[in-house]
Amino acid sequence: MDWQALWLSIKLSCVTVIILIPFAILASRFLAYHHFIGKSWVEALIMVPLVLPPTVIGYYLLVGLGSQSWLGRFLEQVLGQQLVFHFSGLVVASIIVNIPFAIQPIQRAFESVPQEVRDAAACCGMSPLKILFKIELPLVWPGVLTALVLCFSHVLGEFGVVLMMGGNIAGETKTVAISIYDSVQAFDFASAGQMSLVLLLFAITVLALTTSMSRRLGRAHGSRHS
Amino acid sequence: MQDIADLYCRIKQEKHIKLDAEFTCKAGEMLAVVGPSGGGKSTLLRMIAGLNQPESGEILYGNRVWYDSDKKLSLSPQQRHLGYVPQHFGLFPNLTAMENVVAALDHIPKSERKPRAKKWLERVNLHGLPDRLPANLSGGQRQRVALARALAREPSVLLLDEPFSAVDRETRERLYLELARLKEQLAIPVIMVTHDLNEALLLADKMILISQGKMLQQGRPHDVLVRPHNEAVAKQMGLRNIFDARVIAQEEQRQITWLKFGEHLIASTYFEHLDIGTKVRWVIPNQGVRFNSIKQGRLCKSFNKLDITIESMLTMGESVRIIASVRGVRHQINAEVPLYLAQKLKLAKGVETTVALRSELIHILAPA
Repeated sequence: MDWQALWLSIKLSCVTVIILIPFAILASRFLAYHHFIGKSWVEALIMVPLVLPPTVIGYYLLVGLGSQSWLGRFLEQVLGQQLVFHFSGLVVASIIVNIPFAIQPIQRAFESVPQEVRDAAACCGMSPLKILFKIELPLVWPGVLTALVLCFSHVLGEFGVVLMMGGNIAGETKTVAISIYDSVQAFDFASAGQMSLVLLLFAITVLALTTSMSRRLGRAHGSRHS
Repeated sequence: MQDIADLYCRIKQEKHIKLDAEFTCKAGEMLAVVGPSGGGKSTLLRMIAGLNQPESGEILYGNRVWYDSDKKLSLSPQQRHLGYVPQHFGLFPNLTAMENVVAALDHIPKSERKPRAKKWLERVNLHGLPDRLPANLSGGQRQRVALARALAREPSVLLLDEPFSAVDRETRERLYLELARLKEQLAIPVIMVTHDLNEALLLADKMILISQGKMLQQGRPHDVLVRPHNEAVAKQMGLRNIFDARVIAQEEQRQITWLKFGEHLIASTYFEHLDIGTKVRWVIPNQGVRFNSIKQGRLCKSFNKLDITIESMLTMGESVRIIASVRGVRHQINAEVPLYLAQKLKLAKGVETTVALRSELIHILAPA
């Protein structure tokens, strides 16, 4: 059992969702409530990581953020270190790959808040920030929760992008998914089995918890929006 | 609370939803915006609320400019400080009835909010349910919470979007009474959007008729009903008795315009600048057709009488709707009589009789 890899994966998942979810809430809200020219193109672009093979995304990130590219060199100067083959690079990659998993459920949740409710809130004198925190967020909660769980689990199990972008450096970029692959390559099935079981149990537990929480939340707020 | 004032509104829009309207709603007055669905009524209300912006126009609350396209000025809904009740009430589903009302009271000190919310919930007759979530309230109760929430703010204007469309009939009747009672106590302009003409006749002091974004007429609801400007208004108001006739005399002193309708002589309310011989369209509401006067010998005049043959009768609750053909012309006339009267006069299909038209309800339509 590679505890170091498991810890790194959990750390990567946490950092990713902490950065990604607040951004996704604002972006989803904007997409849900605004119509603009080229909106469908923006939405299509957001969905790209869902349909593209992870290795392809990894390849572009490696080339785009590596020291050969101007962006890579620029970031290296600003951050003082290379993004590729480094934990921070993994964070960037995880964020990009998980954008659709974060935005989709939250956008759908924002869209389901009736316009009348938002209008009434504005006419009640609430500021846009207050409407977000007092009315919208309590209503889109299940969507945010789903996004959080999806992103967390997805980062935990991500393989292709991580391998392309981070390589396999123990303690730096070697996540649990890569460690499982390594163990199998080394015929260490016991270790691979243990880590796989941990991931499987985690996935089942989290999904069960989210489902029950969403249901409870739905019951508390009533199924009808009034 | 800000000073109470009249609301003036002039709105013109060509793109998306067409709108062209200009009106004033005085403080203490209830204005009904009436028209068919999809005619731009709700959009108009949203523009007054500041939720939509018209292409051009002006919205003034007393001397305060809410919107002015020339000056590129538009106050937000928050700045307009108004009360808005959307069609499906727009209650916050995550907050209780009490919290819903309290949420609209940010402008007063925290310690005063709950007592005021409680007072308003009681004022709209919602007792003992402050801790319920909207999902656990009936349609009528939700409407009351929404009304309390809008009024507790002591708004500058109260805007009601189809306030009775989402509740059952029995609740609606009760809410009519409550709104009529509340209206007496409110000193602010109240604007109500409705597609139901009866609601306007029942509750409003003034109405504007909107169809396909165009304001067709404004005035007291009863006046609009009995004196529609033109045929389009008459049809919107549900008037079916619209006929052709020829002007045969003008009596300015007695304020009568004499018409020849087939062989019948009709005395209509005076219509200026009509030459003798002009072909006109005239209208009379269903309730302007009377069945009993002639039989009882009250009417012995030689005009405003039509010989008819009843073609069909439809009983609707306590009244009977009658369609009859008029002798001498190829027209049908619609009338409505109370059920007891229809039975008393033994009205039935095929019966030939004479009806009297109430002069004050006969009205000549402006040419299109």
